[in-house]
Amino acid sequence: MRFIWYIANKEVRTYFASPMAYVVSAAFLAITGFFFVASVSDAFSEASIRGFLAGAVFFMIFMSPAITMRLLAEEQKIGTLELLLTSPVREFEIVLGKFLSAFITVLAMLVLSLYFVILLFVYGIPDVGPILTGYLGLVLYAAATLAIGLFASALSPNQIVGLVVGAGLLTGLTIIDFVSDRVTGITSEILDALQLGASFSVFDLDSFGVAESGHFADFARGILSVGDVVYYLSITAVFLMLTVIALETRRWR
Amino acid sequence: MIKLEHMSKYYGPYPAVLDVSFEVLKGEIVGFLGPNGAGKTTTMRVLTGYTPPTRGDAVVAGYNIVSHSLDARRHIGYLPETVPLYLDMTVTDYLKYMGSLRGMNRSWINERVPKVIDTVRLNDYRDALVGKLSKGFRQRTGIAQAILHEPDVLILDEPTIGIDPIQVVETRELISELGEDHTLLLSSHILPEVSMICRRVLVIHDGRIVADDRPNNLSERLQHSERIELTIRGAEPRAVIGEMRDLPMVVDARRDNRAESVARAERDGTLPLIVDARPNAQATEVIANKVIEQGWGLVNLTPLPLTLEEIFLELTTEEDLG
Ligand SMILES: Nc1ncnc2c1ncn2[C@@H]1O[C@H](COP(=O)(O)OP(=O)(O)OP(=O)(O)O)[C@@H](O)[C@H]1O
Ligand SMILES: [Mg+2]
Repeated sequence: MRFIWYIANKEVRTYFASPMAYVVSAAFLAITGFFFVASVSDAFSEASIRGFLAGAVFFMIFMSPAITMRLLAEEQKIGTLELLLTSPVREFEIVLGKFLSAFITVLAMLVLSLYFVILLFVYGIPDVGPILTGYLGLVLYAAATLAIGLFASALSPNQIVGLVVGAGLLTGLTIIDFVSDRVTGITSEILDALQLGASFSVFDLDSFGVAESGHFADFARGILSVGDVVYYLSITAVFLMLTVIALETRRWR
Repeated sequence: MIKLEHMSKYYGPYPAVLDVSFEVLKGEIVGFLGPNGAGKTTTMRVLTGYTPPTRGDAVVAGYNIVSHSLDARRHIGYLPETVPLYLDMTVTDYLKYMGSLRGMNRSWINERVPKVIDTVRLNDYRDALVGKLSKGFRQRTGIAQAILHEPDVLILDEPTIGIDPIQVVETRELISELGEDHTLLLSSHILPEVSMICRRVLVIHDGRIVADDRPNNLSERLQHSERIELTIRGAEPRAVIGEMRDLPMVVDARRDNRAESVARAERDGTLPLIVDARPNAQATEVIANKVIEQGWGLVNLTPLPLTLEEIFLELTTEEDLG
């Protein structure tokens, strides 16, 4: 178990020693900040973080795989995976250590983003409920997207492949409602149940950033539903397991 | 310390290693010699638990590498052929990290890391980034992580490949020193290198072990190593072996004790022999004439496909850059 921590610790250090960490964090704050400002700048708009949430959910589709793409691809490319897999460390410890490092990185960014919440309290009287559920949802959503990104990173020694496959999977799971709208019955329900993020209204300024569907929608509205929590935890667990399997099958090649 | 029993490893339908068995005792320094693609790396990957064997068993430090993989891995120090290092870490940080992954506690790590850096003579580079080191120094960093946790068994895959001649000499000296207190399996495709460091050499070719001997015996066999399979019907074994040994170019003649030959012989009522002859002396013709002259039944007379000599031709015998 302590191996998980050793690996996570090393990865976090490596990450923050590279310019990548600061570029990605800055981009995250800039993009979410843009959505945040767009949602609260209207004189009649309410003091809420729904714009920030919409921006974060959208941006993580690319940011999460960008953070995880290095984690397992590079070990394969430079051959250090051979050392890891011949050390007395289990595959799941490697995977959880890598995952934890990415998760800590994103949590750090979310802490920075609390700046927006402070602004809300300084200039308005926000409703605390949706802020709490929104952040909880974002933490769960981040875990799910990072697990998918990490899985993509395990598939090939090429980081770019990891990024493209990861972002592709996340995009697919996000726009799955385009498909479910066009089919009926049980298929439609299953596809709807799988929808990862949310469709946000970005065209209509009155409802800008209001989540319409998907598992994130209720979190953004201040509603905590067990189904949504279970969904994100399941996606995380399933993709972490798939990552372990991907590493195990590496041994046979 | 190392025991392989009928180990085969297939990549798809293709066997990279076929039915290999050998044992390395505690304290032995064994060279694992073979040309490119012989199966050295594959065998070492099986021994270190990186990849499971398709068939057969591998036991290292008393633990089966598949069923008790973690226990076995704790006792192995391994330097892969590619010398994998994290280039963005310093030598000291890299070694500390590798130590923690080997399950060493902090005080043990803090005690061992400076010692190991001293052993591989990297004292002046302990805070240098691994990525900035020369190839030879990276190799030493790789060796340092392999010996860090005081493993019982040390497995080094071509540790002198691709480094400049002066560093090769130093690396060989270092490995010889390590051999004083480790059980060591060292692969190479350079015959003189293995002769220098090891007291025993396993030769592997096309996935099979073709020789297991002391280095000087190997060179001796090299000088007379045409090997012929001979099967005779209707003759007294002692007479045949006597006649064969009397032939001028024959070095040795003996019964063929390989299991499949013995089984075939029992079934057919024949006598299988192995004849070693000096090369380029038309041994097969002379043997055939002799058999006919004696009125024996000639069932089979085949030069074995690949003699040790031919295998050695594929090995690097010169002291080149590897
Ligand atoms: N992952 C793999 N997939 C398919 N074939 C492989 C794989 N690894 C090795 N082989 C094949 O298995 C055979 C043995 O390879 P191996 O790397 O063990 O040889 P080697 O003795 O280490 O050679 P070298 O001196 O070049 O390092 C080769 O023919 C090689 O092409
Ligand atoms: Mg090799």
